[in-house]
Amino acid sequence: MTFPRHALAAVALAAAALPSIAQPLKAEVIHWWTSGGESAAAKTLAEAYKAQGGIWVDTAIALGEQARSVAINRIAGGNPPTAAQFNTTQQFRDIVDQGLLNNVDAVAQRDGWDKFLPEAVLQAIKVKGHYYAAPVNIHNMSWFWYSKAAFKKAGIAEEPKNFDELFVALDKLKAAGLVPLAHGGQPWQDGIVFTATLAHYGGRDLYLKVFRDRDTKAILGEDFKKVLLAFKKLQGYTDKGSPGRNWNDATAMIISGRAGVQIMGDWAKGEFAQARQEAGKDYGCSPGFGPSAPYIIQGDVMVFPKTDKPDQIKAQQLLASVITQPATQVAFSMKKGSIPIRTDVDVSKMDLCAQVGVAAMKDKSRHLANGEIYITPDQNGALQDVLTSYWNRNLPVEKVQKDIVNALKS
Amino acid sequence: MRRRSLAAWGALLPLALIVGVGYVGTVLWTLRTSVSSSRTFPKDDFVGLQQFERLLDNDRWQHAIHNLAVYGVLYIVAAMLIGFLLAVFIDQKVRGEGALRTAFLYPYAMSFVATGLVWQWVLNPDSGLQNAMQQLGWTDFSFDWIVDQDMVIYTVVIAGTWQGAGLVMALMLAGLRGIDEEIWKAARLDGIPTWRVYLSVVLPMLGPTLATVFTLLATGVVKVFDTVVAMTQGGPGTASDVPAKFIMDHLFGRANLALASAGAVMLLITVLALVAPLAYVRSRQAAKGGH
Repeated sequence: MTFPRHALAAVALAAAALPSIAQPLKAEVIHWWTSGGESAAAKTLAEAYKAQGGIWVDTAIALGEQARSVAINRIAGGNPPTAAQFNTTQQFRDIVDQGLLNNVDAVAQRDGWDKFLPEAVLQAIKVKGHYYAAPVNIHNMSWFWYSKAAFKKAGIAEEPKNFDELFVALDKLKAAGLVPLAHGGQPWQDGIVFTATLAHYGGRDLYLKVFRDRDTKAILGEDFKKVLLAFKKLQGYTDKGSPGRNWNDATAMIISGRAGVQIMGDWAKGEFAQARQEAGKDYGCSPGFGPSAPYIIQGDVMVFPKTDKPDQIKAQQLLASVITQPATQVAFSMKKGSIPIRTDVDVSKMDLCAQVGVAAMKDKSRHLANGEIYITPDQNGALQDVLTSYWNRNLPVEKVQKDIVNALKS
Repeated sequence: MRRRSLAAWGALLPLALIVGVGYVGTVLWTLRTSVSSSRTFPKDDFVGLQQFERLLDNDRWQHAIHNLAVYGVLYIVAAMLIGFLLAVFIDQKVRGEGALRTAFLYPYAMSFVATGLVWQWVLNPDSGLQNAMQQLGWTDFSFDWIVDQDMVIYTVVIAGTWQGAGLVMALMLAGLRGIDEEIWKAARLDGIPTWRVYLSVVLPMLGPTLATVFTLLATGVVKVFDTVVAMTQGGPGTASDVPAKFIMDHLFGRANLALASAGAVMLLITVLALVAPLAYVRSRQAAKGGH
C-alpha cells in the first residue's frame, strides 16, 4: 500500500494555516501536474477556484501511475480527496462501476456539456447517462514535430503531406547524415508511434475497427499488416541510442537540429518554448496530414469520489463548473500545452500549434478518440507489450497480428 | 516461571501480530486474489486458475522468469567469486586495508536506484564508456549491451555484482579472520601452497558464512526491481523485464490486481521450491547436532 505521506503533510499544513472558516468550500485535489509548466497550469485552476469562493488544497504527486494509485487507495480506504485527476480514458471506469464516484449531472445539465464537449470526451466521462468526471483539457498524443534546421540541411522543401512523403523525408534526412526519427524507446512512446501510424496511415475506419470493435478479421487482415510493417519501418529510422531515452531528450534532438522528426504529444511544446524556439519558424507542428486528418483526443479529467458531506458535494460541483469555464480553459491550456475542451473560446493568445489544434477540433468529422477510451488499461498494457517487442525485435508480422488479437481479447 | 512466560509472550505479541497480519495475512490475501477476477478493486468471485493460465501464456512473463534465472545464477556466482577474491586479497595484510575495505564496501551503501542510474550513464552508447573510448582515439571500440536485446540483462548483472560484491567481501573477510592462525602455521609447516589452503581447508570451514551470503544474495535476486527500472525500465522493449516489474506494472498501471497477485504467487512458489530443500538439509544437520 502506498501511503501519501507528503499528501497528508500537505493537508495538515493547510489545515493548520487556515483556522476553520466555515464559508469557503475546501477542495483537496490529487493530481500529477508536477513539472514546471504543469504546476503553473495547476495553479491557474487553483486561482480560478479561489476567485469563485473556494479553497484549493493541493496534493501533487509525481507520476500519473503513482497519483492514480494513491487516489484509488484513498477512495477504497474511505478517506477520499474532493477530486482526483485521471486521463480521458477507461482508467476510472472500475471506480464508477463500484459506485464510488459522485456524478456532476447538475452542473453538466445546467452548463449544457452535451452541446460543447466532443463525443470522444463524453464517451469517457458519461456512463449510463451520468457524468462522472469534469474534463480539464485535450491532449493529442500524436503530433508530428519537425526541425526546420534539419529539413533545410536535408533539402526538404516542405513538410510531408502524407505518410509516403514522410518516408521520403526520412530517407533524405538519413542521406544527410542526420537522425531521421528522434525517438525515445520506451513502451509508451512506441505506443504513440503506433497510434499515429494506425490513424494516419491505416486511416480512421481501420483505427476504429481495431480499437473500438476489436475486430479479429481486421487485425489479421492485409491492411493492418501494412500498418504494422510501416510502424516497423519507422523503427529503422531511429538511432542506436534510442532505447530507454526519455521523450524530452528526443525533443532536444529536434531542437538542436540533430534529428528531423519526432512523433510525440503536444506537451512537447513546453520543451521548444523553454529553448526559446518558435512554432512555424524554428520548428513545425502538425497533428496529421492534410485538412481532414483525424485529430486524436486524449486529455485529463477530474473525478469526484463519493461523499455524503454537503459542503464537499458543493465543492465538487463548484470545481466541475470552474474547470470547464472558457476563461479557465484557455488559461490552463496555455500553461499546459494542451488545448481547451471547448471550441467557443478565444484562442488568439494561444500559440500557433494550439490554434491549429483548436481549428482541427472545430471539424467534428476529424475527432478520433484515443485507443484507451475503448480498451481497458489491462488490454492497453498487453497491447503495448506486443508492440514494444515488435518494435525492438525481429518478429514475423503474422505473429504480431495474432498476439494483438490475444492482447485485446481478455 | 508462569509470570515470566507471560511477560515473554507479551513482548512477543507485537511481533507475532506483525508477522501474522502483515506477512502471513497478506500472503493469504494475495493467494485469494489470484483466483478471483479482480481489476482495480478486489473482488470476491472465484475463477479458478484462469489468471495462472493467462500468465503462463504470456510471452512477457516467461521472458521475465527467464531473465530472473539468468540474472540469479550469474549475479550470485559473480558476486560470491569476486567478493571472495577481494576478501582473500585484503586478508594478505595489505597496506591501507581500512581504505580498501571502505572502497569495496562503498557501492553497497548506494541505493539500487542510484546504482542503476550510474550504470545507465556509464553504459549509454551515446554519452558513456563507448563514447569516451571513441573520443580517446579507439574509434572502433563498441560496448552497447544496454541497448542490445540479447545482452541487456548482462548489464544488469554487472551493475548488481558491482553493488553486491562488497558486502560479500566484508562477510567473507570476517569469516577469514575467524580462521585459527594455527591452521595456517600447520599448512606452512607442511609446505602446502597458499591457494591450496584457501581452496581445500579455509573454504570448507567458511560453510556457514557462505550459506549466509548465498541467502542474502538470493533474496536480492527475487526482489530485483529498482536496478532494472532505473537502468533500463525493463527495455529495450521488454528485453530486461523481471517478474517484480511485471507484477508492479499490473498492480498499478494496468489495474489488474488478480493477474499481479497470480504473478506474486508464482514467484513465491519458485522461492519456496528453491529454499525448502535448503531449509530441510539445514534442519537435518541441526538435528544431527552439527551447525
